Amino acid sequence: MDIKRRQFLKIAGLSTIAGLGAPAAFNLLLKGESSPVSYASSGGGAEASHEAAPTGVRLAMVIDQRVFDANDGLAQKCTTACHTVHNVPNFGNKKDEIKWIFEVPFEKAFTNKSHYHKNEHLHDSSFLVLCNHCDNPPCVRACPTKATYKRKDGIVAMDYHRCIGCRFCMAACPYGMRSFNWRDPRPFIDQATHNKEFPTRMRGVVEKCNFCVDRLARGLQPACVEATGNTGAMIFGDINDSHSEISKKLAENFTIQRKPALGTNPSVFYIV
Amino acid sequence: MLEKALTGSNRYWGWIAVLLAFMAAGALSYVQQYNYGLGLTGMSRDVSWGIYIAQFTFLVGVAASGVMVVLPYYLHNYKTFGKITILGEFLAVAAVSMCLLFILADLGQPLRALNVLLHPTPNSILFWDMIVLNVYLFLNIFVGWVVLTAEKKEVAPPKWIKPFIYISIPWAVSIHTVTAFLYAGLPGRHFWLTAILAPRFLASAFAGGPALLILLCLIIKRVTKFDAGSEAIQKLATIVTYAALINVFFVLLEFFTGYYSNIPGHMHTLDYLFFGLHGHAQLVPWMRVSTIFGIVAIVMFLVPTTRKREDTLAIACVLLFISLWIDKGIGLVIGGFVPSPLEEITAYHPSFQEIMITLGVWATGFFILTVLFKIALAVKEEKMIS
Repeated sequence: MDIKRRQFLKIAGLSTIAGLGAPAAFNLLLKGESSPVSYASSGGGAEASHEAAPTGVRLAMVIDQRVFDANDGLAQKCTTACHTVHNVPNFGNKKDEIKWIFEVPFEKAFTNKSHYHKNEHLHDSSFLVLCNHCDNPPCVRACPTKATYKRKDGIVAMDYHRCIGCRFCMAACPYGMRSFNWRDPRPFIDQATHNKEFPTRMRGVVEKCNFCVDRLARGLQPACVEATGNTGAMIFGDINDSHSEISKKLAENFTIQRKPALGTNPSVFYIV
Repeated sequence: MLEKALTGSNRYWGWIAVLLAFMAAGALSYVQQYNYGLGLTGMSRDVSWGIYIAQFTFLVGVAASGVMVVLPYYLHNYKTFGKITILGEFLAVAAVSMCLLFILADLGQPLRALNVLLHPTPNSILFWDMIVLNVYLFLNIFVGWVVLTAEKKEVAPPKWIKPFIYISIPWAVSIHTVTAFLYAGLPGRHFWLTAILAPRFLASAFAGGPALLILLCLIIKRVTKFDAGSEAIQKLATIVTYAALINVFFVLLEFFTGYYSNIPGHMHTLDYLFFGLHGHAQLVPWMRVSTIFGIVAIVMFLVPTTRKREDTLAIACVLLFISLWIDKGIGLVIGGFVPSPLEEITAYHPSFQEIMITLGVWATGFFILTVLFKIALAVKEEKMIS
């Protein structure tokens, strides 16, 4: 009992330190060096009034489709890396399917964009889709227990132990990025690649991409970003920091988001 | 008064036995579902709510419809409904009980259901739905029981019950409005994202619920000495007629907005439900049956001869009830998930266990209804004898 308590206190203490240290660790990640003013700096002028307030950290991702198109199999590598790191089960059927990041054709990823006479290369390219970590997430609004919640750094996270499995968030997500554990997922996790650092889930709870919040806390890049190596296919960082690599990327390129008209303010941007 | 449910004819006990059998079958299926997970149902990543939530939505309407007898009697002093007010209230109790059971049956982690109270989240409509449904359940049990007790003692109901009755009237509207808000506030689900969803829910509820109440009154007249009276039944039929017509009007408004604006998102689900979308027409036969039944029923309600004869009135009520049940208990919820946010079409077929659990919950509702009606009617029969 006593040992258990001591262990608990140790873990609790460590996680608190990890939590406090996460922004710092994350800052070091950014190639543009950490600057003491980065959190307070306002990333660019305020756009439309309903855009996110440019204060604090807002973690986001740019997906450079040009790089994915030029590198066959790179997207698949991202999916495999993510699903392995997070112990995402493989049921081998569509009904039970759980997926955090996956490839879809242009017209499915961007349902509100014109597909009429579309650019030739769009016919064969497939786009990686994942949780958009919306700045204004409808899933968080819908959840009756705060099992899904938005962190200060912009990550929309899940508490698998609080989720009651009502699936209101799945109905609320306009991107179809949430999966449900329709049955016990554990027998369907490949034992050879089982990652003991990340929890497995139980049946009856919802799950989705978490922007690798646990890896960020340990100073690592998200698994999918890491899988792209130095190709530059995915850039991850704080878009409220005008000096960050991702902010520069956004400033230099025309990007699109999925269903921007819904006012959710997705944090995943695509360079087509 | 509960003891009155413990004595009855063989027919009464036979009916109770049938209900218990269905409840037991449903419970067995639920044990299976509990042990395996919701994967035992036909639901999937794309169609993530199925007939449980659809039944829940439909039954909230039946529950709300109790107000259609409570309001004329208590607010307008329409004495004719005095005899059946208690039936409307007890029907609401049975319906809300089914709603709560369907929600529980649909939870992936039912043991955590109380997390909704432990971590109250006012930004979630589900939190408010939990509140309005439970309060409505309480109001109807409480008011029904107090008024019935007074009737048994042959005294006027206590004055302090009045506020509870008056609160229960807007409360009935609130339960179906909040239930519509579960759907109508979700971005990216075009079929549900319509301001007319709540009024449409109420119109269909005020048609379907009283239609069921007419049927119950006609059955009660045959199996007990209690007669609601043809005036009360005809007045209910008038309410049903108006509500059904308003509901059709609201549905046609949806069609106009969808097809005249020609915005694909507004047409997809209507296409899928009524005509088939990209060759997928799983629900088309159902929706067509619903449409035909609805039209025939409304004509029968409008024509005086078919409305006044009890047998044709009963047929009209059955047709309308089935029509509205298909519309809300199948089409509305399942249709809303097609196409998916990635514009994929996924078919949904409820599994055997899912259907058994659904029947089990309905049987539980009818069990509650039977027991409550038995008590209420026993009190009324006693009075008639004395």
